[in-house]
Amino acid sequence: MSQPFRRPSGGRIDRSRPLAVTFNGKRLEGFAGDTVASMLIASGQHLAGRSFKYHRPRGILSHGSDEPSALLSVDWRADRGPGYRDPNNRASVVEARDGLVVNTQNHWPSLETDIGAVNDLLSPVFVAGFYYKTFMWPRKFWDRVYEPVIRKAAGLGEAPDVKDADRYSNRHAHCDVLVVGAGPAGLAAALAASADGTKRVILADEGSEPGGALLNDTTATIDGRPAKEWVAGAVATLDARENVVILPRTTAFGYYNHNHVCMVERISDHRADAPEGLARERLWQVRAGEVVLATGSHERPLVFENNDRPGIMLAESVRAYLNRWAVLPGNELVVVTSSASAYRTALDAKAAGMRVSIVDIRLEADCGPEFAAAKDAGITVRSGHTVIRALGKKRVTGLVVSPIGRDGTIGEKTTLACDCVAMSGGWTPSVHLFSQSRGKLRFDVELDAFVPGTSAQAERSAGACRGVYDLTEVIADGAKAGGGELAPEATASFTGFQPVRVLPTDADASKVKAFVDFQNDVTAKDIRLAVREGFESIEHVKRYTTTGMATDQGKTSNMNALGLVAGILDRPLPAVGTTTFRPPYTPVSFGALIGPARDELFDPVRKTPIDPWAEANGAVFEPVALWRRAKYFPRVGEDMHAAVARETRAVRTHVGIFDASTLGKIEVIGPDAAEFMNRIYTNAWTKLKTGGCRYGLMLREDGFVYDDGVVARLAEDRFHVTTTTGGAPRVMRHMEDYLQTEWPDLDVFLTSITEQWAVIALQGPNARKVLDPFVTDIDLTEAAFPHMTVKTGYVCGVPCRLFRVSFTGELGFEVNVPADYGEAVWKTLYEEGQKHGITPYGTEAMHVLRAEVGYVVVGQETDGTVTPDDLGLSGLVSKVKPDFVGKRSLTRPDMIAAGRRQLVGLLTKTPDEVLDEGAQVVDDPAQPIPMKMIGHVTSSYASSNCGRSIAMAMIDAGRERIGETVFVTTPAGFTEAVISNAVFYDVKGETADA
Amino acid sequence: MLLIDCPYCGKRPEVEFHCGGEAHIARPETPTAVGDADWGSFLYYRTNPKGVQAERWLHGHGCGRWFNALRDTVSDAFVATYEMGKPRPDRDAATASTPSNA
Amino acid sequence: MLERNLARRAPTVSPLVSEASVTVRPLDPQGRLAFRIKPAALAGRGTIDGFDLTGAINSRTSPEADSGMRTALRLGPDEWMLITAADEVDERCEAISAALTGVPHSLVDVSHRDVGFSVEGPGADVVVNAGCPIDLAAKAFPAGSATRTILGKAEIVLARLAADRFTVTTWRTFAPYVQGFLVEATRS
Ligand SMILES: [Zn+2]
Repeated sequence: MSQPFRRPSGGRIDRSRPLAVTFNGKRLEGFAGDTVASMLIASGQHLAGRSFKYHRPRGILSHGSDEPSALLSVDWRADRGPGYRDPNNRASVVEARDGLVVNTQNHWPSLETDIGAVNDLLSPVFVAGFYYKTFMWPRKFWDRVYEPVIRKAAGLGEAPDVKDADRYSNRHAHCDVLVVGAGPAGLAAALAASADGTKRVILADEGSEPGGALLNDTTATIDGRPAKEWVAGAVATLDARENVVILPRTTAFGYYNHNHVCMVERISDHRADAPEGLARERLWQVRAGEVVLATGSHERPLVFENNDRPGIMLAESVRAYLNRWAVLPGNELVVVTSSASAYRTALDAKAAGMRVSIVDIRLEADCGPEFAAAKDAGITVRSGHTVIRALGKKRVTGLVVSPIGRDGTIGEKTTLACDCVAMSGGWTPSVHLFSQSRGKLRFDVELDAFVPGTSAQAERSAGACRGVYDLTEVIADGAKAGGGELAPEATASFTGFQPVRVLPTDADASKVKAFVDFQNDVTAKDIRLAVREGFESIEHVKRYTTTGMATDQGKTSNMNALGLVAGILDRPLPAVGTTTFRPPYTPVSFGALIGPARDELFDPVRKTPIDPWAEANGAVFEPVALWRRAKYFPRVGEDMHAAVARETRAVRTHVGIFDASTLGKIEVIGPDAAEFMNRIYTNAWTKLKTGGCRYGLMLREDGFVYDDGVVARLAEDRFHVTTTTGGAPRVMRHMEDYLQTEWPDLDVFLTSITEQWAVIALQGPNARKVLDPFVTDIDLTEAAFPHMTVKTGYVCGVPCRLFRVSFTGELGFEVNVPADYGEAVWKTLYEEGQKHGITPYGTEAMHVLRAEVGYVVVGQETDGTVTPDDLGLSGLVSKVKPDFVGKRSLTRPDMIAAGRRQLVGLLTKTPDEVLDEGAQVVDDPAQPIPMKMIGHVTSSYASSNCGRSIAMAMIDAGRERIGETVFVTTPAGFTEAVISNAVFYDVKGETADA
Repeated sequence: MLLIDCPYCGKRPEVEFHCGGEAHIARPETPTAVGDADWGSFLYYRTNPKGVQAERWLHGHGCGRWFNALRDTVSDAFVATYEMGKPRPDRDAATASTPSNA
Repeated sequence: MLERNLARRAPTVSPLVSEASVTVRPLDPQGRLAFRIKPAALAGRGTIDGFDLTGAINSRTSPEADSGMRTALRLGPDEWMLITAADEVDERCEAISAALTGVPHSLVDVSHRDVGFSVEGPGADVVVNAGCPIDLAAKAFPAGSATRTILGKAEIVLARLAADRFTVTTWRTFAPYVQGFLVEATRS
């Protein structure tokens, strides 16, 4: 395609740098500075997509991020392979560069011939509330018929089907003043705010260069100079100031609490020379002292029949394409307007050589100086006229217009031939970010718009986003918002408009397609229907018709929809309400939101010091909180079941070695340490001697089990506390909370030492034999070092806290060595252990072993509603301590009521059947649904040592029911099991407690 | 993301903090002397006001200190922050400045 | 005695130093002591065993200019991280305990718990700000500042030694993540 509609000179494009993109497989030419939209217009192509619901041909409506129709699938780096394509890019903001591959969407087989366009003929079916009405019945059709069909037909564009190959980055930034929008108001605000050099200023704008609407302007002057010179001067001044950061291509999309504003900067999409690996986008999380919103305004389309035909554009956009991109949107232009500003478009189009006429809904008497300016330029103005309909299909070919009589009657119709229409229904301030900031909007009748009322944060709006439209006033408003006073004088703007919701017509309103929301294919007729059916609040109308709910967030449609509803209901517009604007302002890629948090940076994976050995020895891992832990160590040909059976047997017959480094560890130090322990745990600590260990149970204040673990007393004033792996952070917080807020008088300090120590558990009859050769200063004999004691010394020559403890029932030691030594000590013990049948075991075997001897796991047997007595652990609850956390709650009526769910064992009638953990337990499987659940399975394993399956369960009054048969749910139905004691294995030989 | 004025560290981002619910609910001196109903209230009943509420915050990923804050539950504005053990300041939402677009 | 397994202190997840101007380097092992004492109990002692404890909360003091052998990071009203040579931990513990006989305090060796990195070069602050949400402007966080904070999804202790020089310390299991995060940040 060549560029027949390119103007010979002018515009902000670089004719010395030609480029080409691939559009629907064809070559599309343009220049540096173009967007895909301006290139399409230069080539004479306005048809740029098919609409969402009716598959109507759609063109380019706008020149900015509010474009609802020209949505493209863009492969940003087709030359680099898959993973660079995303859908729904607005053609008007896709900066052109060599190598882009773009395709139109929502059609099959082609843009020109789209089968789906049959929906346009079936449109009586697709009325407002269509989804709700059609798919309600018959119910069983939903899964099989409706949902698949909707899934296929719904949505715009095609989601990427491969992983995003780009990189994204993240940056937290702080500034004193954040200015959003670099149009005249924003530039003036940034200039003023940064003038004395003391404030850090960030100026962000979604466009490729600063200037905003001034980039579309060739006639305005500021301070006696052409506007673009003023812009260049302002940018140069700001650039030279060290306290200013200017961020083009950066959209502030979310305004959150306490002036936290999120913005996305597009870094590489526009660069043909972007090096591989350069981040595509950067998420800026800005904390600003003050925010100046200078976000401009959106032009309103006019609502008339077939107002969506390609070639029908917003008036300011026509002007932008003419002046900024030097393209002619056509040869024959009709400007349809109720707004003075559109006359600028007419004048500029005329100057560019287009044939121009104006249809003004307003009467001549209601017009301002723009009317005379048009007349002077020789432009025909039909004031007091309306548009009945647009002609043409894939491109507008004419407008049927008619005068409006005094009583609103439609006069004689005339057809104006044209290939381009510039429409303007006035302006809507862009209050999205203000509204997101929780500022309160105010309806201004004069401006026919919602404008910022009361701010909720340290924020000011300036310029068109609060309804200030005259250029001189806009600049002054910006300067004031930036803390300045002086502002230059500019040429007067054509301002003012007459609100028109739907253009008067004599056509049957129930048959006419006049679009309010272009992106979601919502017509005036749909909105009328919704109101007639009783949806009167705009929030309801929105959801029922889907107006304003597409990716453009109703930027162009919102006010027309509101006005229409207010008109039908004959209520003042604010009484209908405005919609709440939510982030994001424009669509944001998931990549930008995620930033670097993917693959190995998705989450920290905590690996123990012994993890490398486990990995080298074929461990299968499982995640436990953020940790990855060795679950089992399969030998060749073994599945988990076989490996765990072997590992658990080895522990009971020889010795197992287990990495317990993930256990939470807290060092509790201070003269009041024992008193603190007394108050935090249910058991008594005062009498625990130095060198002794005790199993501690911790409750929340509500009396429910919170955590457990072995605690060693290292000195009179020093305890080594262990917690569950997952519970470590919350236990630390829980303890610190009581220490700081309830008992600040206690002299106790807590330090997390989880990661200081690697913990190697040796469990089994041969444990002592393995350890013995490496310990010189600790007597390992039973007499000197009994169960539940601790000694410090050296193991393998490194400092050690050696615990004589067991979580298996067997003879056991836990070797705590400083983490750096963990792997080396492990390897040494493992090598020595070969003589004694040592077997590394993982978390699965650990779970089986502890279940065999009836030890509970907090978080598995407990769920935050379990008391010590429910677990059969009331022996661990001190009766003599006057107080500890949770004590009082244990005597509340419900805590001591009969029938509480209690921990018991479950033995399936079929010994090798392993119950599902979480399975429900009932007394009678024949009872009607809903059945009465009497409990659930908490742990369940195949136990090689017991020669059968074992399970733990919480059952209503379970301890009284030992020996009774119950039924447990299985995927197939129910199975029988007998309630038993929760201890399944008798340890032989030298046991933990020997 | 909220910006919270830690009494020890100054203004720091919300991600460093953990909220601990309503403040100034003293744990009874002798819990065993408290009746069931009162103990139930102590455990479970909170005022949940619309407006300014005193609440506990922990600067866990910071100085590690618990402190109290007055926060407006409607606007999320922090009216005051103060050290544990200090009385609730006599301030309300009106003292939180609200700029306007006038 | 076993060789200290230094190689495992900062497992690598990606190339240590990118071509970027900011370098991220694992620090050699250091002796680290978590020290807690109520300010009132200090009773006017400004310095203990050569560690200057007079710094404000969230500051770093190092009396012997930059030697790093007696550095105190004040992380909270009653909390310091004392940094010393890796092989002097026991001596320091003895000396400090001796100086505070009878005074309630807590001193815990966490040398193996923590792993440090240096982040150096023009724009080091921007690299840290890729995941750390606090204000690192010279005014808000000048050289000599140190604080516990967040980097991405990990908790870190951040200290600023000079305008373009930071140390980032984290628990050892978070070190590969923190290192990877910082190196990734140097690339953008
Ligand atoms: Zn703090």
